[in-house]
Amino acid sequence: MQELSSSFSIAFSLIGTLDADLLEIVGLSLKVSLSAVGLSLLIGLPAGAAIAIGRFPGRFSLMVISNSLMGMPPVVVGLLVYLALSRAGPLGVLGLLYTPTAMVIAQTLLITPIVIALARQTIEELNSEYAEYFASIAISLGHRVITLLWEGRFGLMTVCLAGFGRAISEVGAVMIVGGNIDHLTRVMTTAIALETSKGDLELAMALGVILMLLALMVNLLLAFIRPAEAFGKKRAAATY
Amino acid sequence: MYHQFTQVKVDRPINRSGLRRVLLAAVLIAGLPILAVADRAAIIIQSTTSTANSGLYDHLLPLFEKAHDIKVNVVAVGTGQAIRNAIRGDGDVLLVHAESDEKQFVRDGWGVRRFDLMFNDFVLVGPASDPASLSGAENVSDALARISRHKALFASRGDDSGTHKKELALWDAAAIDPSGASGSWYRETGSGMGATLNVAVGMGAYCLTDRATWISFANKQGLKVLYEDDPPLFNQYGIILVNPNRHPNVNALAGQEFIDWMIGNEGQRAIASFRSGGHQLFFPNASP
Repeated sequence: MQELSSSFSIAFSLIGTLDADLLEIVGLSLKVSLSAVGLSLLIGLPAGAAIAIGRFPGRFSLMVISNSLMGMPPVVVGLLVYLALSRAGPLGVLGLLYTPTAMVIAQTLLITPIVIALARQTIEELNSEYAEYFASIAISLGHRVITLLWEGRFGLMTVCLAGFGRAISEVGAVMIVGGNIDHLTRVMTTAIALETSKGDLELAMALGVILMLLALMVNLLLAFIRPAEAFGKKRAAATY
Repeated sequence: MYHQFTQVKVDRPINRSGLRRVLLAAVLIAGLPILAVADRAAIIIQSTTSTANSGLYDHLLPLFEKAHDIKVNVVAVGTGQAIRNAIRGDGDVLLVHAESDEKQFVRDGWGVRRFDLMFNDFVLVGPASDPASLSGAENVSDALARISRHKALFASRGDDSGTHKKELALWDAAAIDPSGASGSWYRETGSGMGATLNVAVGMGAYCLTDRATWISFANKQGLKVLYEDDPPLFNQYGIILVNPNRHPNVNALAGQEFIDWMIGNEGQRAIASFRSGGHQLFFPNASP
């Protein structure tokens, strides 16, 4: 296990010297995963809220299906997107295979079920809290969804982090649809897989350490936004 | 009951501008990767892990791209997957090492023409203790027979790759069928060369590997080359342009320019000049 300590020193020297390849890979990882999170929020938040507060036929089945899709293996999602985007596939003419866009699409498909499921959970709780208030005023469905999403924004931040965590850590989908092409579609996880297959386990571990630091930084950033507001809320409640 | 209303900001309108800003940011971030603009011709090579992992492309491509305005992107997968990807039209050039499959690829009309490109050889690696006494073997068939007789652990690619097909051909020539022992001493990893070598190292198993991958492999631990230099272990690489008549998206001009360079004097010299750990890993043999 002495590889672990040498991996840490490799990691810090890579970061310290601002290794160009490393920055490129980190940059692409963040671009792809953050885009995927953004897209999945756009799709998943309204969808989750709709399932939470709507009363329409098929709502229960939709909820069950969306929950099951959370367990979709990344490599299967990658395979499906590859078959769709391959030249021999239905969307081949778009020429999206082996591009970062294909990777964003695959990761969005992976995260959206998580966003829908967790958003539904959060909104459902808020909805019952606000039920009486909504009943007492004339409010359209759209307004209601927006209000609940906004009021639940801190709980939904956890949803973002869960989605981001899933995206930044997966390798199966981006490997197949991206092709791990040097300087084009190589991200942190595929680089780790590559270095492992080359037997360079220390470098692979070092990249893993850097990936964890990245995730830590993102989480710390978001964690600092929360307490300030929560603190403000407590004070408002106390004056009553 | 009053506490419910104190938590609701009754007199404050929903912060619409804040919400709009968040939505706009989300859309912008999502749109960023789609801004990839193609500025020069680019081709995709469907190739194998043995060529990519050894560092050959890191050496060759900058030399090629210096004189030619073409961006070369390499997708490195197992030979079987590379050929299937090329059949689906997901590449412009195929560069693998499975001669009979490559010839079939051209015969079926998926490729334009096959050229010999370069060669090296396969070696049998195993634990330093050599439980099956490979070092005394007369030829490669004898070596495999010793492994089978001793029921020594053997890590196979098991993934339809060029190396896997060569391995199966060698077992065939030795008149041994190891598939019955799959799961006991014959371990089929279904993975690339590097992953299979990691498995072989982890379980102290014998393994057939191309010399290029072996020399550049950084996790050898207790494994070493125990048998080599028999003619059947010869490893030929071929290069083929994917047929633009079957897949109109193929960049035939750029692809052919790359192939011409590779089989021409410059490419052949570049291949010969590639060294790893002081060794030459690939030997050019394109016919003039």
